[in-house]
Amino acid sequence: MTHRSEPFAFVRDLATRWDVIAIVIVIGLIAFLGEASRGLLEPLAKLEATPLSLDPARLPFYAARTTLRMFAALALSLLFTFTYATWAARSPRAGRLLVPILDVLQSVPILGFISITVVFFMSLAPGRVLGAEFAAIFAIFTSQAWNMAFSFYQSLRTVPSELTEAAASFHLSPWMRFWQLDVPFALPGLIWNTMMSMSGGWFFVVASESISVGHTSVALPGVGSYIALAIAERNLPAIGWAILAMLVVILLYDQLLFRPLVVWVDGLRFEQEPGGRPPRSWALTVMRRSRLVSGITAAFYAGVRWTSWAMPVDPSAPRAESKPVRHADTLWFAVVFVLVALAVWHIAQSLFARTSISEALTVSGLALLTMLRVTVLIALASLVWVPIGIWVGLRPRVSGLVQPIAQFMAAFPANLLFPLAIYGIVTWKLNPDVWLSPLMVLGTQWYILFNVIAGASAIPGELRYAADNLQVRGWLWWSKVALPAVFPYYVTGAITASGGSWNASIVAEVANWGRTQVRAHGLGAYIADATAAGDFHRIILGISTMSLCVVAINRFFWRPLYYYAERRFRLA
Amino acid sequence: MNTAPLLALQDVRKAFPRADGSELMVLDGVNLQVAEGEIVGLLGRSGSGKSTLLRLIAGLAEPSAGTLSYLGAPIEGPARGIAMVFQSFAIYPWLTVFENVALGLQALRMPVADIRQRSLAAIDLIGLDGYESAYPRELSGGMRQRVGFARALVVHPNILLMDEPFSALDVLTAETLRTDFLDLWTEGQMPIKGVILVTHNIEEAVLMCDRILVFGSNPGRILTEIRVPLPQPRKRLDPSFRALVERIYVEMTARPAAGAPGARAERFAGLGIGSVLPRVSSNLLSGLMETVAAAPFNGVADLPNIASDLKMEIDDLFPVAETLQMMRFAEVAGGDIRLTDTGLAFANADLDERKRIFARQLLNYVPLAAHVRRVLDERPSHVARKSRFLEELEDYMSDEAAEQTLRAIVSWGRYAEAFAYDDENATFNLENPT
Repeated sequence: MTHRSEPFAFVRDLATRWDVIAIVIVIGLIAFLGEASRGLLEPLAKLEATPLSLDPARLPFYAARTTLRMFAALALSLLFTFTYATWAARSPRAGRLLVPILDVLQSVPILGFISITVVFFMSLAPGRVLGAEFAAIFAIFTSQAWNMAFSFYQSLRTVPSELTEAAASFHLSPWMRFWQLDVPFALPGLIWNTMMSMSGGWFFVVASESISVGHTSVALPGVGSYIALAIAERNLPAIGWAILAMLVVILLYDQLLFRPLVVWVDGLRFEQEPGGRPPRSWALTVMRRSRLVSGITAAFYAGVRWTSWAMPVDPSAPRAESKPVRHADTLWFAVVFVLVALAVWHIAQSLFARTSISEALTVSGLALLTMLRVTVLIALASLVWVPIGIWVGLRPRVSGLVQPIAQFMAAFPANLLFPLAIYGIVTWKLNPDVWLSPLMVLGTQWYILFNVIAGASAIPGELRYAADNLQVRGWLWWSKVALPAVFPYYVTGAITASGGSWNASIVAEVANWGRTQVRAHGLGAYIADATAAGDFHRIILGISTMSLCVVAINRFFWRPLYYYAERRFRLA
Repeated sequence: MNTAPLLALQDVRKAFPRADGSELMVLDGVNLQVAEGEIVGLLGRSGSGKSTLLRLIAGLAEPSAGTLSYLGAPIEGPARGIAMVFQSFAIYPWLTVFENVALGLQALRMPVADIRQRSLAAIDLIGLDGYESAYPRELSGGMRQRVGFARALVVHPNILLMDEPFSALDVLTAETLRTDFLDLWTEGQMPIKGVILVTHNIEEAVLMCDRILVFGSNPGRILTEIRVPLPQPRKRLDPSFRALVERIYVEMTARPAAGAPGARAERFAGLGIGSVLPRVSSNLLSGLMETVAAAPFNGVADLPNIASDLKMEIDDLFPVAETLQMMRFAEVAGGDIRLTDTGLAFANADLDERKRIFARQLLNYVPLAAHVRRVLDERPSHVARKSRFLEELEDYMSDEAAEQTLRAIVSWGRYAEAFAYDDENATFNLENPT
């Protein structure tokens, strides 16, 4: 499979003032939520943890609960995608702010945020457990929605103009156009991004099921809580059972959902890419034979037809272009201004008012440490996986075998493997500042691998034959042929890996084995500590710092590199 | 009886706002009436605004000034009764042939039985019988465009708009579709009353249209109107057919009178540094000079002949011919191209000599090239940023045209070895790799 998402295709500028506004608004929102949740923490202190059992027989039930959470979040993410992205794409005025906000939200470390949302949602829901469920689902939602919305937004902006003109000239109503043109056009990209997001989501669902904020601890029935309990009880066999259960779940998800969908949308593609084997799925073949798919498709179109019948007709026929309306502009800017003012006020209140210079310096120092860790590890992972990925990608048979495994590994929640590593560190008394670090890339390195494989298998045969013909070998071949050809793909993978590693630092820099705690110094550990202590002011400070770091690295390192790669090395 | 014409356009103008607040005029002073039973051709080169005009008629865009009316009523948004066929077919790849055709009727909320009956009739009429359940990706280009026609005809429009409907097809397929369409039209089998065809193919216009409006560029406007009195079916080799083709070539190569309206950034007209330059590679320039210099042309060629010999459309051929004219390699007038002495010398020279001749003509007759060279010579570092020239050009033309013009200059400058360009740093310099 040679799919490749385009991380920065939505904006070309390095930074605009709308980015600054977006950063202020998002951090303001975090500060607001944090402040609001702080007051809610006390009455929840008495919440009891749901009793869990380490009996392996309970695991199928726990796995089912975990999967259910995933799909609930997926439904929410789709809803968000269809509304937010459509709004951003249809209204250029709103899009200027909504798109940067999405970009900043993408950089917010979800794991640090869970503590805030847990408290917030538990205070909202009448039944406490329901609140915790909401919080867990929300955490998965935040790991999926931004990415999906981006993909959809990007597709909406690139619908070929003749297709939209055809829709307009044949009088399709906006509702009909959305379902008959926009959604089908965006579907291949959206499905691919959804699958990638879900892969990331497993990591967060596991992390968000068992949460303790201050004195409040919640354990929802699920694989994540099961493993947390196993860690607390130092039960190594139970951890093995949990890993096995997760393997089975992901295998089923991959074979029964991911693959069939990818194969199905491949038929919807607007451009048929020449060459390359079309993806295959045994499950889809089975479903097609059982007429399940055609039944669902028919029902979907019937639904679209029925709803477009029921929808009111737009009295004014839509124009392909519309004139800007003055007072709407003014109103919009007023709203943005108020939002920014509120955000600044919250930031000032909860961040600046309570942060001493020394605290700020400490946090900056810790951020640098974590940054060092992420950089070194991404570099190491690249050194290992780029040559391997190229080797694999150039051999169709091998890549047919390895590519699904790499994608599978990316989906597997790496935090399930943490206990094994921590067990090792504790047993052999290794230096945690060094040896905890690899955990950060444990789950994210696969993005580098499968993107490089995709890149290498996309090298046109003639370019390879030309190199063979000229007897280009050894380092010359790597430096002039292979590495430049996969570079754009590598950058795409590395961006995902880097962002994911920052996020993982929150669970990777501090780890427990029973009552023994292993800790490294870094921003992730700082946030984890603040969460455990229920210190909302430090949580907000930590999350804001990390978000700013990720945004800055994206803007000033990855994005320029991405455009450079696109310009220099893109095979037209 | 309703005496209003099918379609009437009066003083239509279309301008796009530019970033600096000024306007880019793409269409000016267009007047047009379409009567029942007519096929009207809009013929012009790319950038002459003919496709923009079609979109105004389709109600997909709004004019900046002037009025458009359909059966006496002003056009505000896509009108019922005006259907369009697109250059890239614009059929939805996720819908079957039948669903694509039925889409327009569903939008009109017709009863399901009627939709079915009318769609099948349209599919039948256009020769797609048997393909109802196929997806577009299974069809050839010609079959896809047939879907485009069926989808337009199924809504029973009065006016059919066609935006270069055959230009994305190969020659044989295009010819088949044209003949099939003309057969249906002359037999009155289609529900349409008038057709507007946008094309840049002169022979296609003469073959299909009753009336041809020739468009000029910058801003787009109607240069002249040519009636085609030949009866259908027309034969390309008919002397009267050839004469009409020749006449259109003459019209299209006529040089604009000095001070003609809208000559602001007319290609090559002013010849200041503000001229928009086409991206024509030195290979094309050499190739055309060689062809015209060789037998049977021996230095003078009839443009229609050379176009059919080289299988070039006017959009390919005219820019090359005009560039040769600009550099004084050739004279283009009256539908002919005649090489100058310099042009003949170039055609007979070896590579090094050619480069010398090309450099001389480039620096003498292309003011922008001379300007770039002068700036580089004057600077001690012999380096100048691309953005510097880009900004100068943008005073005269759109950003896109400025970018294209600079690319042309880069390519010609490189061939002539008059200056070098470093894409990495976006700078011009005088270095040659040693």
